[in-house]
Order: sequence, then structure tokens, then C-alpha cells
Amino acid sequence: MTWQRETFKKIKQIPREEHVLPGTALCAGCGGLEALRLAAKVLGDDVVYVNAAGCFTMLAAYPFTPFKGSWLYTTMGSAPAGAQGVRDALDVLIAKGRLSKEEDLKVVVLGGDGSTYDMALSSTSGAITRKLDFYYFCYDNEAYGNTGMQLSPATPYGARTTTSPCSLQHPSGTTQEKKDIFEIWRAHKPPYIATVAPRYPLDLEEKFARASKFTGPKLFLALSACPTGWLYDPGETPEVAKLAVETGLWPLKEAINGVITHTYIPKRKPVEEYLKLQGRFRHLFEPTRQDEAIRHIQARVDDYWKQVNV
Amino acid sequence: MNADMMTGNLAAAWGARLADVDYVPAFPITPQTEIVEALSVWCGNGSLNARFVTLDSEHSMMTAAGAAAATGARVFTATSSQGLLHAFEVLYTIAGWRVPLVLVNVSRALASPITLEPDHNDVLAARDSGFLQIHAETCQEVVDSILMAYRIAEDPRVCLPVMVNLDGFYLSFTREPVSLPDPKMVQAFLPPFRPTHLGFKASAPHALGTAVFGGATYSYFRHQIHLASMNALQVHEEASVEFERLCGRRYDVVEGYRLDDAEDVLIMTNAFASKGKGAVDAARAEGRRVGLLRLRMIRPWPADAIRQALQGRRAVAVLDQNLSPGQGGILFQEVAACLYHEALRPRALCSFIGGLGGKNISEGEFRAIFEQTAEAGINGQGIGPILLYTEAEHREMVQLQVLAGGLKS
Repeated sequence: MTWQRETFKKIKQIPREEHVLPGTALCAGCGGLEALRLAAKVLGDDVVYVNAAGCFTMLAAYPFTPFKGSWLYTTMGSAPAGAQGVRDALDVLIAKGRLSKEEDLKVVVLGGDGSTYDMALSSTSGAITRKLDFYYFCYDNEAYGNTGMQLSPATPYGARTTTSPCSLQHPSGTTQEKKDIFEIWRAHKPPYIATVAPRYPLDLEEKFARASKFTGPKLFLALSACPTGWLYDPGETPEVAKLAVETGLWPLKEAINGVITHTYIPKRKPVEEYLKLQGRFRHLFEPTRQDEAIRHIQARVDDYWKQVNV
Repeated sequence: MNADMMTGNLAAAWGARLADVDYVPAFPITPQTEIVEALSVWCGNGSLNARFVTLDSEHSMMTAAGAAAATGARVFTATSSQGLLHAFEVLYTIAGWRVPLVLVNVSRALASPITLEPDHNDVLAARDSGFLQIHAETCQEVVDSILMAYRIAEDPRVCLPVMVNLDGFYLSFTREPVSLPDPKMVQAFLPPFRPTHLGFKASAPHALGTAVFGGATYSYFRHQIHLASMNALQVHEEASVEFERLCGRRYDVVEGYRLDDAEDVLIMTNAFASKGKGAVDAARAEGRRVGLLRLRMIRPWPADAIRQALQGRRAVAVLDQNLSPGQGGILFQEVAACLYHEALRPRALCSFIGGLGGKNISEGEFRAIFEQTAEAGINGQGIGPILLYTEAEHREMVQLQVLAGGLKS
């Protein structure tokens, strides 16, 4: 069954109005910010962003924020619990007549992969189990980015980070496989989960539109191509994000009540094309080409899509 | 007025119920659990119109509590010991949000070794967080202090969270007569929570907890917390007068016991102060002119009240139910600091450490404190820190070590 977009069929249907305004302290070419900018076109302004410590914390730096909505910075490990407190309080105040329904807000957690995959996992698991009605937006740049690119559980095999450097002992750099947070979320049975990438705006907008129909946890994993950490020119973010999807490394998919659909089937270019663009994988190509490591990465992708069976 | 027999934990739950809170995020920990159990029943049967939710940890619990208060709800929560420490970074964070919630901490000594009985290293570790701290001696004081805490926290001159502390076991599980304030009286004392500076809503977006660049902006906001905390001394005084008018019970930032003609003064906090008062009575019967000063408010630090109570005394002993390794008693340091500029300061300050992990303080130990303090006053030479530990306790400890195989008998 082919996945059909219903709300966003053409690029012109994406609203022109901006809800994340320019001029933030984030890096030029931040793929995560582009994904958030697109998401906000569906989320709108009646939003309170509940933030975990990470790159996006720099979005709201006194006395500025780029949002027309509200913002609450919490901690690195408990943004979903912050969302719980805000959501519960809004419900209680509306039920008691102290706040009108028109004042209600969508509650959106903004966390990086360090928070999402590691420190806030307990807090997230709790929020999903309690069926909290909220959005979770993870900008995944596959490392602790705000501290200068250290290994996180989202870092893929073969990437070099400042705490998993390419060494004699570990010539491939990172030796772990990327943690499958999508499946961890899915095991909690939330109504909606999706992966998105900023280079696929219609796919992204469609997923936020679909998610809005569900009450409960709505989880988004956004590929956040990261020029500063992945070591490529900021102008190449669209190309890097595109190749992540086209090589099959970043599958675009959604799970509605646990049922997975791949929303885009790439022709699957060789992973090398994606890896070669980025300084974090450069040691796989020079001074000595690490064929085994590259083959390993390709084999992992091939295995994934074989299991998808499309 | 009728009194009911109830534990300190139930009194704490009643404090939240009478304050008509909107939201109770919870996580169980001994010896606090009975508080949230009671509240979950009341929220379930409608006797308290509040939402009760269990979180995945105290860290999450405190975050949810702060976030709900930041949204405009009146929030109550409770924890203890390791739980308080697990939530530690959140204490500082939500104090910075300036949210006026009330957190009850049921004191329990910290691991390791892990134990259940009380001392105050847990609550005193949080003394720099920006939370105000009120330490209760009796179950009655627990419920009354929670009501006062909401009024103080929500005052526009303060806008800070308050921790109300009671001792695990000695108060949490001890039934005492408690006269519950009449709900109508509480309404008069504690107006509904309608904050103007807090609340997320569509028509008035705002940002809370934003990053700051540079020490000058940071210093400004942190100093605002300090000034607000200092304001709480005056606000507490006003709340105290009003509470006495409505309820007939008076609570000051410090409580003097038989201080009038006392030469030497013993300083204590919390439930063990009741033992201290008994020891004062016994010492008085033997002809010693001693009294006790119980510190009730620890943050803001009631320096003037302490100075006033201690000026002109011969000697002062601070009995800390806590231990800062490498330093000694925490409250001793603070008492000593605020007496430095007092012209009529006591001739000697003595530091005793007792009641760690709920260890009893015997009549003999109190007698020793009074004797050594008097001697220190005569000599003009302070002593300590001295750990209270009896010979019998030491013998038992040696027996345990023999059993553990650590020593040859």
C-alpha cells in the first residue's frame, strides 16, 4: 500500500506564514531548526514549547525568543514531565473555569538526541505511559551537539565524535549502533510516531497534520543535519539531509497505533555518497579507505530494508 | 475546638487539602508515602478537587510541580531524603521560575549507608536552592505551617516555593492531637491563587527560564531571588499575626523556650526540639538557668531574631542533627556567622552533632551538653564539634563490627 498525502499534496499548500522567526543564536544551516520551522507551520502559535537542555535552549535567550508562542526551559532530563505539569494545569484551570477554552495551548517538548535517547528516557516513558496529550519533537543530530559533538546513543557506527575519536584501537570511531528510539517509543503504544527530514517538507507537514487528529503522545524524530558537528559546509544541509533519506539510512516512516508505514521508499543510493559529504566520516576514506566499515554500514541499511520488505 | 489524633504525614496531607490545591504530582518514598496515599484517595473520591498524577521519579515530579505552578495552578507535593536529592537541580530551576508551590520534605538521613530514620542533611542540602524553609516540631505545626507557607509563597513580594520540613518517623508516623483549622477560616487566611505574573495562555504568550548570556544578567535575576527571600521575613510576620487572629495559634520564625532568665541557650530544630525542651525542664529542676531556641524558619535566615534571642547570654550550644563532613554542624556555622557583629555576643559557642540517622539523644547526653556549655561559657572558650554517642551505643557498635567480621573479639 502506497502512502498518500492528504493535506499537503503540493509545495504551494505549505503556509507562507512563519512561526519561528529568523535571527536566532543557532548555527547557520541547522537542519533541526529548519525542521522545526516547517513543523511550526502546522503547529501554529498557540503553543508552549517545553525545552530540554541542548542546542535549542539557545533559541530563547533573554530577552528574545523567535516564537510568537510561549516557552518554558526545564532541565535536560525532565522536559516531558514539564509538559505533564503544563498540560495538567491547563486542563485543571479550564475545568475549574479559571481559563477559557480559547486560551488552551498545544504542549510541545523540544529535546535533542542526548536528552531524548539518554537522560529524559525515564521521563518520556512515563509521559507516554500516562497517555499525556503532547507533541515530542526530537532534533536528532546524532551527538551531544551543544557541548561540541560528543558520543550519544544516537551516534551511528563509523561516525567520529570528540569522545569516540578515530583511533588505533577503534579506527572506525564510533563502534556502537544507533539506538532505535522509534521502536522504544512504539513499544509504549502511543497513537502517533513519525520520522521526518527537513529536505522533505511535504512529508513533514503531512505528518504534523495527521498527528493533530490524535489525542495522546505524538512523537517526532527529526533528522537534524548539522554542519557544525558533521563537518560540512552549512549550504549543503539540504543535500546531506536528502542523501540521508535517499541512501536509506534515515527511513521516513510513521506508526499509527503501532502500525508502521514507510512514507517514502528511496531507490537507495550507496551509503558512501552520504558518508563522503561529511567530515565526521572522513576517516573511513582517508588516509586509508576502511572498506570493512563502509561495507558494515551498507549491510546494516540493506538488512533494515530487507526486513521492511518493500 | 476538637482535636483529632493524626500522624505528621496525615497532617501534611490535610494542609494540602485545606489549602484547596489544584494539582498533586507524586512519587512514593519512605517515610513520606502516606501523604501522597491520603491525597490520592481524596482526589479520587472528590473530597479534594485536584488532579493527582504519579510521575516516574522525584526529578520528574518536581518538574511537573513547577511547570503546573508556572501555568497558574496551586500545587502541592512531597518527598524525602534521596528523593529530594534526586530532584535537586529542579529545586534551583523552579525557584528561578519564581513559582509559589509548597513541597513537604519528610526528613530522612542520606545514603550511604542507606537508612530510613531522620536527620537534616537532606533538607539542609537544599538551603541554597532559593526555596524558603519552615521546619515543624509538631503535627499541629505541620498543617498550620503548610497554610502559612502558601500565603507567604504566593505573596507578590515573595513568589518563591516553600519547603515545609518534618522529621521522618518521629513526626511522620507519630500520632498527636491536631486541631484542623476550619475551612472557612482558611479561606479568610489564604485567598484563592490568581497569579498575575504566571500562566501560559494563548492571548498572552511568554517565555520562562530563558537562557541568559553574561554574568550581569544572571546576577540580577539570582539577586532578585535573594531579595524576595529576605522579604519573606516580613511577610511571615504578617501571616503569623493573621493566623493567630483567626486560629489562636502563633508561630514566629524562631521559638524561645524558657529563655527569659537563661544564662545558656541550646539551639535545636524540628521534632527533637521537644526532647530538648524536656531536657531544659529537667536542667531547670536541678537549678541550671538554661533555655532553648528553636529555629523554625531556616530560609530566609532569621538573623535578627536569632541575635536578639542570644545577645547577652553566657554560652550557646547548637545541636545540629546533621553533619557536614570536614566542617561540622551546618546550623552552627550560620548561627556563629550572624553573631559576629553582635556586641553582646555570647562568651562561648559550642557545637554538638546528635540524632544522626534518628539516633536517640538521651537525658544523659543533654545533661552533658548543658554541663559542657556552662563550662565553656565560664572559660570563654567554645567547643566542638562534638558527636553525641554514648558508651552503650559504642559497645553495641563494636559488637556489630565483631559480627561483621571486621574486628577480632
